[in-house]
Amino acid sequence: MTKPKPWLSLSGIGVFAVLLLAVAPLVLTDHWLNNLGKYCCWAIAAVGIGLAWGRGGMLVMGQGVFFALGAYSMAMHLTLETAGDRVPGFMVLYDPLAPLPAFWEPFRSTAFTLLAIVLLPVVLAGVLGYALFKRGVKGAYFAILSQALAVALATLISSTIRETGGDTGLSDFKYFFGFVLNDPANKVMVYLIAAALLVMCLLAVWQLYRSRFGELLVATRDAEERVRFLGYDPANVKLVAFVFSALMASIGGAMFVPIVGIITPAEIGAAASILMIAGVAFGGRASLFGPALGAMAVGWGQSSLGSTWPESWTYILGLLFIVVILFLPNGLSSLPARFARTRRSAAQQPAPAIATAELEGVRS
Amino acid sequence: MSTTSKRRRALVATGAIATTITLALAGCGARAGDDTSGGGPTAAASCVDTSGSTVKLGFLNSLTGGMAISEKTVSNVLHMAADEINAGGGILGKKIEYVQEDGATDWPTFAEKTEKLLTQDCVAAIFGGWTSSSRKAVKPVVEKLNGLFFYPVQYEGLESSPNIYYTGATTNQQIIPAMDFLASKGVKKLFLAGSDYVFPRTANAIIKLYAAKLGIQIVGEEYVPLDKDDWTSQVAKIVAAKPDFVFNTINGSSNVGFIKAYYDAGLTPAKTPIISVSIAEEEAPAMGHEVTGNYASWNYFQSLKTPTNSKFIQSWKAYPNSSGVTSDPMEAAYISLYLYKSLVEAAGSFDVDAVNAAAKKNTITFDAPEGKVTLDGKNHHISKPGHIGRINADNQFDIVWASDAFIKPDPYLEGYDWFPADIRKQLVGAAG
Repeated sequence: MTKPKPWLSLSGIGVFAVLLLAVAPLVLTDHWLNNLGKYCCWAIAAVGIGLAWGRGGMLVMGQGVFFALGAYSMAMHLTLETAGDRVPGFMVLYDPLAPLPAFWEPFRSTAFTLLAIVLLPVVLAGVLGYALFKRGVKGAYFAILSQALAVALATLISSTIRETGGDTGLSDFKYFFGFVLNDPANKVMVYLIAAALLVMCLLAVWQLYRSRFGELLVATRDAEERVRFLGYDPANVKLVAFVFSALMASIGGAMFVPIVGIITPAEIGAAASILMIAGVAFGGRASLFGPALGAMAVGWGQSSLGSTWPESWTYILGLLFIVVILFLPNGLSSLPARFARTRRSAAQQPAPAIATAELEGVRS
Repeated sequence: MSTTSKRRRALVATGAIATTITLALAGCGARAGDDTSGGGPTAAASCVDTSGSTVKLGFLNSLTGGMAISEKTVSNVLHMAADEINAGGGILGKKIEYVQEDGATDWPTFAEKTEKLLTQDCVAAIFGGWTSSSRKAVKPVVEKLNGLFFYPVQYEGLESSPNIYYTGATTNQQIIPAMDFLASKGVKKLFLAGSDYVFPRTANAIIKLYAAKLGIQIVGEEYVPLDKDDWTSQVAKIVAAKPDFVFNTINGSSNVGFIKAYYDAGLTPAKTPIISVSIAEEEAPAMGHEVTGNYASWNYFQSLKTPTNSKFIQSWKAYPNSSGVTSDPMEAAYISLYLYKSLVEAAGSFDVDAVNAAAKKNTITFDAPEGKVTLDGKNHHISKPGHIGRINADNQFDIVWASDAFIKPDPYLEGYDWFPADIRKQLVGAAG
């Protein structure tokens, strides 16, 4: 695979940041800016999936779990902020006299909520990853296990309607850390925070990919045994990538709540987790921008194409997915390189050695 | 060394982003405690344009996903009502131009599409929704943008909003009549079976309170998630509990599984009948003869003999893609569009505040298929007749009980002394 050009990538992030933080708020309507904020949240989670799956070879099919940790931590805090001293309205509805469940109480605190958004995914992914990677669980087994966790959590939330809002979810938030959410200026602020967090996540993985750890991660993906022979523990390498991806999913989830205004188990369950993966595969899982752009494209498709062709949009998505997997296994972001190569090979003789090397890089 | 300089630049970039966030935080709008009541600077200006010969309305129904089977019919009947109104000259002389959106049985999508309809399409009002979860997702958005939402399905009550009109029954128009009917039948032991979400949970909380007053004993209470249809183990509990009647608040296709398990367990309408609040003419055929003989509580039945109803049934049967039968939620959706027409014409304007002011006069009525309904301007619900129907062999309903008069809507059950005042106070407080 051709060596990435770090400065090109960094200026790419710069352009992306300017587009998101400066241009978008000026040219988009409130509605589309809010939608873009939502896509940014999925993109943040997608950047993490790109790290774990694209670079680390771990097919994380249950990122909804970590998305949920961030989202529900935030939603619980905002619900309590809205309810003030009262028990949240939906709880009164199901059981008029019961008190606030104990696990809600600490989420009154802003500091605890912010810490929970960061620490809960880190701890859960840490424990889970340690147990799995040290035992050498990988491939399809890991994918199935992570997917099962997402299903289990969504079912748990659905069936604890009084404690978590169940299938209806948590909604109707009035304040965001003291700011009135209805105020258009505050909506723009919330969007800017999400967009800035996305840019920071991109910067973080850009740095990770260039570091020795990044090399080690790709090496672990491609030849785990050889990494072991060289004296590294591949389990630790994977663990770090997995924890980072969980953290990003949680941050995406946390910002999803004030932007969308509602969180339900449907947004974190199996289908939602797979849709996150679909965006990443679509954009190009191993590239820097691919996962984020892919996730945003899928989000946009859902709002826009889903409006025009409600019945056929899912088929369009499925078809696109199949086409991309079949013909562009490295996602849409590999299109320019592929195009350049075709032109090159049309001009000169084909260079099979490069093509094979690139394919090797794709395999995980 | 180049590595350190690269590191530093990454740091600078991160710093720049952090600064952006701080600036964003500093230069923003209202904080909690600021006075934002009365619209003020936070309420977005309405972009509704009625200067032309048309008025734009939004229809928001799940055309895909689990609820599509029910909501497509509502969408269809809204189209029929719009065609009828247009043929009669429109609303205030303006033809209805509708924008149909798909809620996709996904509550955040309902919220997103509501915002789109109000701010991008600039519709004057939105009609649709089915599940309480979808309504609860729409509510904060229409309140924020000062839009109008017409909700056509019976629900659990304990809600009212200046931006929502409810044309389905609240609890005192469906659940309480059903309980009165059970009491008149001498029922002593009742079993509650429902889907696990807002409506059944809340309805059952109310049923339990009223049952205590009526001297009816609740001998069991079971819930199954909306998307599951295996009721075998719950039905076994019903067999063991030996109730006189089962109160069914199950919704959607889960009912098919319940009725099948019930029938297979040897429970019969002759000994242990079921009263349902969600099986109507649309759903009954899917359960075939196994559901025959059981009861349902609704305000409207296809079998109601009113002149408006026969016209309604005739128009619906002739309408393209019609299912051929009429049902309560469909009729309520049909009412909602006509009610909006009356409201706008009474107000002489499409403006939301003018429409609400017109409603306040309590003079808005509509000669609906279920009878002449009157809008309550205070709580935005309508008066309705209570009816109990018994499912016959044609999967239609024979009406076996009717309320003495039209029942006034009472979403917070203020006229019922058995409903604890402190709970009502808490609920109203929590609803803000």
